[in-house]
Amino acid sequence: MLTKRIIPCLDIKDGRTVKGTNFVNLRDAGDPVALAAIYAEQGADELVFLDITATVDERKTLIELVRNVAHTINIPFTVGGGISSVADVSALLNAGADKISINSSAVRNPDLVNQLALEFGSQCIVVAIDTRWIPVEQEEKGSQFEHIVHTHGGRKPTALRTIAWAKEVEDRGAGEILLTSMDTDGTKAGFALDLTAQISGTANIPVIASGGAGSMDHFVDVFTTGKADAGLAASIFHFKEIEIPALKGYLREKGIEMRL
Amino acid sequence: MKTVIIKYNAGNVQSVMYALERLGASYLLTDDEVEIRSADKVIFPGVGEASTAMAYLRERGLDKLIPSLKQPVLGTCVGMQLMCRYSEENNTTCMGIFDIDVRRFPARRGDGEPRLKVPHTGWNSIHNLQGPLTGGVSENAYVYFVHSYAADVCPDTTATCDYVRPFSAMLQRDNFYAAQFHAEISGNVGQRILENFLKL
Repeated sequence: MLTKRIIPCLDIKDGRTVKGTNFVNLRDAGDPVALAAIYAEQGADELVFLDITATVDERKTLIELVRNVAHTINIPFTVGGGISSVADVSALLNAGADKISINSSAVRNPDLVNQLALEFGSQCIVVAIDTRWIPVEQEEKGSQFEHIVHTHGGRKPTALRTIAWAKEVEDRGAGEILLTSMDTDGTKAGFALDLTAQISGTANIPVIASGGAGSMDHFVDVFTTGKADAGLAASIFHFKEIEIPALKGYLREKGIEMRL
Repeated sequence: MKTVIIKYNAGNVQSVMYALERLGASYLLTDDEVEIRSADKVIFPGVGEASTAMAYLRERGLDKLIPSLKQPVLGTCVGMQLMCRYSEENNTTCMGIFDIDVRRFPARRGDGEPRLKVPHTGWNSIHNLQGPLTGGVSENAYVYFVHSYAADVCPDTTATCDYVRPFSAMLQRDNFYAAQFHAEISGNVGQRILENFLKL
């Protein structure tokens, strides 16, 4: 049976792994290549590297890092952060990334999703969506809360409704959706189950849920109630609050298909 | 030992190259007939779309060359599909090394059944293992798949997988081997399968 996937996310700045609460107050959690190898050995199903600086100089460092990771690990990995063109994607795939993830650039230029899917195939195009539940002014009805897509590390609201945007990127050729709830990210209070279920329940492509993992039961919830295909987390893995072999064993005990 | 990866318009083969490097194997990426014929092992990778890939192979005469090879040949993913008789992906006549057709997964299962997403993406278990490539690999081992089309189970099937319907995860006929999954990123199981191929 197809398994659910456990995906550690490594946020990269200046070639090092970092992770903060709500994307600020970064803390150093080690060497990304060493960490990647440990995760692969422990049974992570996939890895995501998110370059959170992505200036031109650091881009070269990132390519070098991708090459080192690809040489070292034998599981799929995705690279995201600051990707805005066919050339950026080409460079990362050539360095050995299996998939790339785009976020703000897809919001700015939705046709980029189509272009990338056509050029490289949907299987390697992940669209990351950062979402927040915020009040939106509506004609006559006044202000109502809605799930709204955010860019710039979740700081900047857009005009896009999250559920509609998820459908649109699928139609444009995205191969997977990485859904991060900015409301739950860093809280360790659990994933955004309702929104994840709404998107994953109707999408025909896999949905990776992110933001809020704090316990093993949160992963049970996201795979059952949340209908997610994969669960992503960072700090709880980096700081060994949850170890992957124990997590996967627990999930299998709960009847969730896992690769052990 | 000389291992050749056949070069054609079938997308990114970088992970296959890295996988060979991790195994300490040297390789050559080429579409040159002389180089391919003189190789000890030939890998025919592929991601992308079947009809475009087949058109390119025909243009270069690779569609005739590949079925005529005598050394061990390993087709992966779309490479495996192109070694079959026919693919539903844009009605493509393929090389016919394996006497079986490649069909699309239906997007949804019938009423009352759990809905399954297409492409089939992620780790799934393989069963009914036969032949030398899965030596040392246990029944129900997990490998990584990403595909929307699959070959049915047939007499050449050496591993099965189940998603929407049972399908061929691996095929073998004479010196031709094929895997639908991405052995190059399928963890230690995938590594073992590649190692077994290189040792043939």
